[in-house]
Amino acid sequence: MRTLRLLGPLVAVLALGAAAPAGAQAPIKIGEINSFSGIGAPFTGPYRAAVEMAVEEINARGGVLGRKVEVIFRDDKGQPAEAVKHAQELVASERVHLISGTFLSNVGLAVSDWARQNKVLFVAAEPLTEALTWSKGHGYVFRVRPNTYEQGRMLAERAGKLGHTKWATIGPNYEYGKRAWETFRDRLKQLRPEVQVVGEHWPTLGKLEPGPFVTAILNQNPDALYVSLFGSDWLAFVREAGKRGLFKKVFVVGILLGEPEYIDPLKLEAPEGMLVTGYPWYDIQAPAHKEFVATFTKRTDKNPVLGSLVGYVTYLSIFEAIRKAGSTDTDKLVAAFRGLEVQTPIGTIAYRAADGQSTMGAWVGTTKLDPRRGVGIMVNHEYIPGERVLPSDAEVRKMRSGN
Amino acid sequence: MSPSLILIQLLSGLAHAMVLFLIASGLSLIFGVTRIVNFAHGSFYMLAAYLTYTLTAALPLGGGSFYVAVLLAAAAVGAVGFAVETALLRRVYRAPELYQLLLTFALVLVVADAVRFFWGTENKTGPAAPGLAGSVPIAGQLFPTYDLALIALGPVVAAALWGLFYRTKWGILIRAATQDREMVAALGVDQAKLFTSVFVLGSFLAGLGGALQVPRQALTNVMDTSIIVEAFVVVVIGGMGSVPGALLAAVVIGVVDAFGVLLLPKASLVMMFVVMAVVLIVRPWGLLGRPEAQARTAGGALAGGSAVGVPRAWVVAVLAALVAVPPLLPTFYVWVLVEILAFALFAASLHLLMGTGGMVSFGHAAAFGLGAYGSALLMHWAKAPMPLAFAGAPLVAALCAALYGYFCVRLTSIYFAMLTLAFAQIAYAIVHQWYDVTGGDNGLLGIWPAPWLAAPLRYYYLALTASAVGITLLALIGRAPFGLTLRAVRDHARRAEAVGVNIRVHQWTAFVVAGFFGGLAGATFVFLKGSVFPDYLAVRMSVEPLVMVLLGGVQVFAGAPVGAAIYKLLDTVATRYTEYWQVVLGAILMVLVLVFPRGILGVLSERRRG
Repeated sequence: MRTLRLLGPLVAVLALGAAAPAGAQAPIKIGEINSFSGIGAPFTGPYRAAVEMAVEEINARGGVLGRKVEVIFRDDKGQPAEAVKHAQELVASERVHLISGTFLSNVGLAVSDWARQNKVLFVAAEPLTEALTWSKGHGYVFRVRPNTYEQGRMLAERAGKLGHTKWATIGPNYEYGKRAWETFRDRLKQLRPEVQVVGEHWPTLGKLEPGPFVTAILNQNPDALYVSLFGSDWLAFVREAGKRGLFKKVFVVGILLGEPEYIDPLKLEAPEGMLVTGYPWYDIQAPAHKEFVATFTKRTDKNPVLGSLVGYVTYLSIFEAIRKAGSTDTDKLVAAFRGLEVQTPIGTIAYRAADGQSTMGAWVGTTKLDPRRGVGIMVNHEYIPGERVLPSDAEVRKMRSGN
Repeated sequence: MSPSLILIQLLSGLAHAMVLFLIASGLSLIFGVTRIVNFAHGSFYMLAAYLTYTLTAALPLGGGSFYVAVLLAAAAVGAVGFAVETALLRRVYRAPELYQLLLTFALVLVVADAVRFFWGTENKTGPAAPGLAGSVPIAGQLFPTYDLALIALGPVVAAALWGLFYRTKWGILIRAATQDREMVAALGVDQAKLFTSVFVLGSFLAGLGGALQVPRQALTNVMDTSIIVEAFVVVVIGGMGSVPGALLAAVVIGVVDAFGVLLLPKASLVMMFVVMAVVLIVRPWGLLGRPEAQARTAGGALAGGSAVGVPRAWVVAVLAALVAVPPLLPTFYVWVLVEILAFALFAASLHLLMGTGGMVSFGHAAAFGLGAYGSALLMHWAKAPMPLAFAGAPLVAALCAALYGYFCVRLTSIYFAMLTLAFAQIAYAIVHQWYDVTGGDNGLLGIWPAPWLAAPLRYYYLALTASAVGITLLALIGRAPFGLTLRAVRDHARRAEAVGVNIRVHQWTAFVVAGFFGGLAGATFVFLKGSVFPDYLAVRMSVEPLVMVLLGGVQVFAGAPVGAAIYKLLDTVATRYTEYWQVVLGAILMVLVLVFPRGILGVLSERRRG
C-alpha cells in the first residue's frame, strides 16, 4: 500500500510531463553554450546574469507567443569539442529550438559548423572572428557583437585623423590578434599612405611575460602602438609598460580596451589618453539603457560590462525573431532573423540579410581616470553603428562565395 | 642590437628566471626525493597568489602588509602541502608511483574550483610592492625596481637552499634520497618524515613563487595550468632533483625568452620546447642531472608481476551489448558512446607504451591530434573521400610518431615523458602557426562523415568497428612475442639486452604502433565533432588518456578502455549537472584512487586472484 501511495504522485507527475509538450503551454527552450570555466570564464559571468535577467523579464510579461522561455546553460570549458557535445545533447535530448552563446572564436566556429551540418539555428553572441559570418558563413548562423573587422576599422578612422606615422603592434598569437591588426593597418594606410610599421609582436596567449616585449617595442621607437592583448595579458602588460615609461612615450590604440571587462580590473592604473573601442555604460543617456543599467545593478550588485549588454541584446533578438516568425520552427526562425529589427537599450539594431551580422556598433573614445569611482573611463566617445563600417552586400557575397 | 638593449633584455629575462627558479626548484625537489610528478604544483602557485592578494588587503600593516602577506601565503601553502602529503599522498606510496600523479591531477581540479568559488572568475590586478613599485634608469632606459629585487632574491634563495642541503643533516639525507632512496630507507631513515618535509618545502617554494608574482602578473583562474608545464620544462632541462640545475635552466629559459622576442618573434610559442628537446637529445638527464640508479626491484617500476587478464566471457558480453543496445538508446547517448569509443582506443594505444612498455608519455596527444589533422587535411586539401581520409589518419600519425619516436626512445622515465611532451607542443605550434594550411587557431571546419555514414547509428557502428578492431589488435600485440619482449625490456632493460634484444628497436616499434592507433582514435573523434583545432594537441589531451589508463589500472590491458569509459561518463554527467564540475570530478577521482590504488581493474582482478 505504502509503495502505491508513493507511486501515485509519481505517476501523476509523469503523466503531466508527457502531456505537457503536446499542449500550447510548453516552454520555448534555448540552449546556451558558453565558457563558464577556462580562459573565457572572466567574461561570461556578467553575460549570463544579463541573459537570466532578459528571460525573467520576458516571462514576467507572459513569455513569447504565450509560451514561457527556458534557457539551458552548458559550460564548454573553452574547448570546441566540448561545445559540439553540448550542442548534440541540447538538440537531441533537451529538444531546444535553437542554440545561442559562445565566447571564444574557435568554439563559435565549431558550433556554427555543427549547426550548419544539422540545420539548427545558432545565434553567436560574442565570438569576434569575422570568418564566422563571412568566409565560413552560412544560412543558419547570426552574430550579435561587432566583429574584429568592424572594430579595427572604427579605430582606424579615428586614428587616421591623428599624426602618428611609425606604428608597432602587440597582440595574442591568434587569428583575433592578427586580423584586428591587419584590418586596422590596411585602413590606416589607405587614409595615410605615409604610415610605416616598425614592429609586430605576437606573444603566446595567456603567457605574456611583458618586460622583454615592452623593451623591444621601446627600442623600435614607434610613435604609436596598436594593442589587441586579451584578458590577463593586457593587465600584466599595463603594469610593466607603465614602469618602463611606455605610455609616456607612445600613443596607444587598443581594440576592446575601453570595455569595463578590460579597464575596470586596472583600477587607477588604467593608462590615460588611449584611443579605444569599448562600452561607456555610465554615459549612455537613452532611457531604455538607463533602465537596463539600473535593473542590472540592482540584480547583481555590480555595474554592467559589455558582456552583459551583449547577453541582453542577444536574447532580446531571439525573442523578437520568435515573435516575428510566429513559430519555433528553424526555417521560419532563420527567415525571421534575416533583416530582423530589434529595439535594444542602445537603439534599434538589425540583422543583415546578406551575412547575418547584426548592426550593433561600438563606442570609440579616449581613456581617462575617474577618481570618484576609482577606475578608468572613456571620454569624447562616439557610438559608431555597424552600418558605417560593414562591407557592402556585394563584398560580403564575394567573401562567402568560397563556401 | 645596442648594448643597452642587450643589458635591459638580459635583466628582464633574469627577473622572469628567478620566479621560474623558485617554482621549479620546489617541483624538482619533490620529484627528486619522492618521485611524485606533482601536477598540483601550479595549483599551489595560484593559491598563494590569490592568498597574497586577499591578505595584503586585509592586514592592517600599511606598506608592510604586502611583504607579510607574501610570507604568510607561502607558509599557508606549505601547510596545505603538509595536509596533502600526510592525508592523501601517503596512502598511495605503496601503489605504482604513477598513482600519485593521478591524485595530484584530482587535486588540480579541486583547487581550481576552490579558487573559482572563493575569488570568482574575474581577472584581478594585484597590489604593487610598496617601496619597490617604481623604476630606476639603467643604460638610458627605465627598469622596474621590483624586478631588480627579484634578481637579487633569486641567488639568496639558491644560497639558502645550498646551505640547507650541504650544511645540515636533513640536507644530506635529502641528497642521499635523491640519488638512491632505497639505500637511505635501508639505512633506517624515516622515509615518511623525509617525504613530508620535502613536500612541505617544495610547496612553500611554489607558494613563494606565486606570491612574488602578484605585483608582476594578473591573477586568473588559469594561472595554474599556464605555469605548470613551464615549471616541468625548467626542472627537466636542469635535471630532475638538482636545485643548481633548476637555477641554471630557469636562467636559460628566461634569457632565451627575452631575446627570442627580438630575434625570432614568430617562434615564441615553441622556443622553450625546442630548447628542451635539444638539451634532452644531447644530454638525456638534463644539464646538471645524473643518470638514475638502476631500480633494484626485480619487477621494475610498474608491474607487480605478470599482467592479469579479464575473463573472455566479460569481453564478449560487453561487445554484444555495444552491438545490440545502441539502437534502443536516445541519440545523444549514441554520440557519447562514440566519444567513449574514441577515447577507449586512445587510452588503449597509450597503454601499449605505458603498461606494456613502461614508457610513460606526456605527449600522446600528438598521435591523436595528428591523426585528426591528417583526416582533416586529406579531406580539405586532397579532397579525399571521407572513408579514405578516415583510413589515412592512423598512417599520418604513425609516420610522425616514427619521426619523433626515434629521438624519444633514447631517453627513459620522466625525461622520455617530457621529450614526448616537447614534440607534442612543437606539433601544436606548427598547426597553430601554419594558417595557410591548417587554418591556425580557427581550425578546419566541415570534416563530417560521408552522407551514407552520417546518421548517428551508422557512424556509431563505424566507430565501434574501428575501436573494437584497434583494441583487439593492441591486445594481441601485447600478448604476442613482441609484446612479451617489450615487457621484458620494461622490467629489466639490461637483462633483456644481455639476451640479445634490441631495446630501442622494440621501443621504437611500440611507439609507432601506439601512434598508429592513437591516430585512428583521433580520426574517430574528428568526424564526430566535424572540426579540428590545435586544441586537440594541447597538454590536456595528453593528460586525459594518462588519467584514464591509471584509473582503469595500468597493469590490466582492459583497464585502459574501462578507465576511459568511467572518466568520460563522470565528466559528461558532472558537466551537465553542476557548474562546479571540476570539484565533483576531482573528488570522485580522489576517492577512486584511495579505494583502488592500482586502478579499478587492477584492484578487482587482484582480489579475484585472492
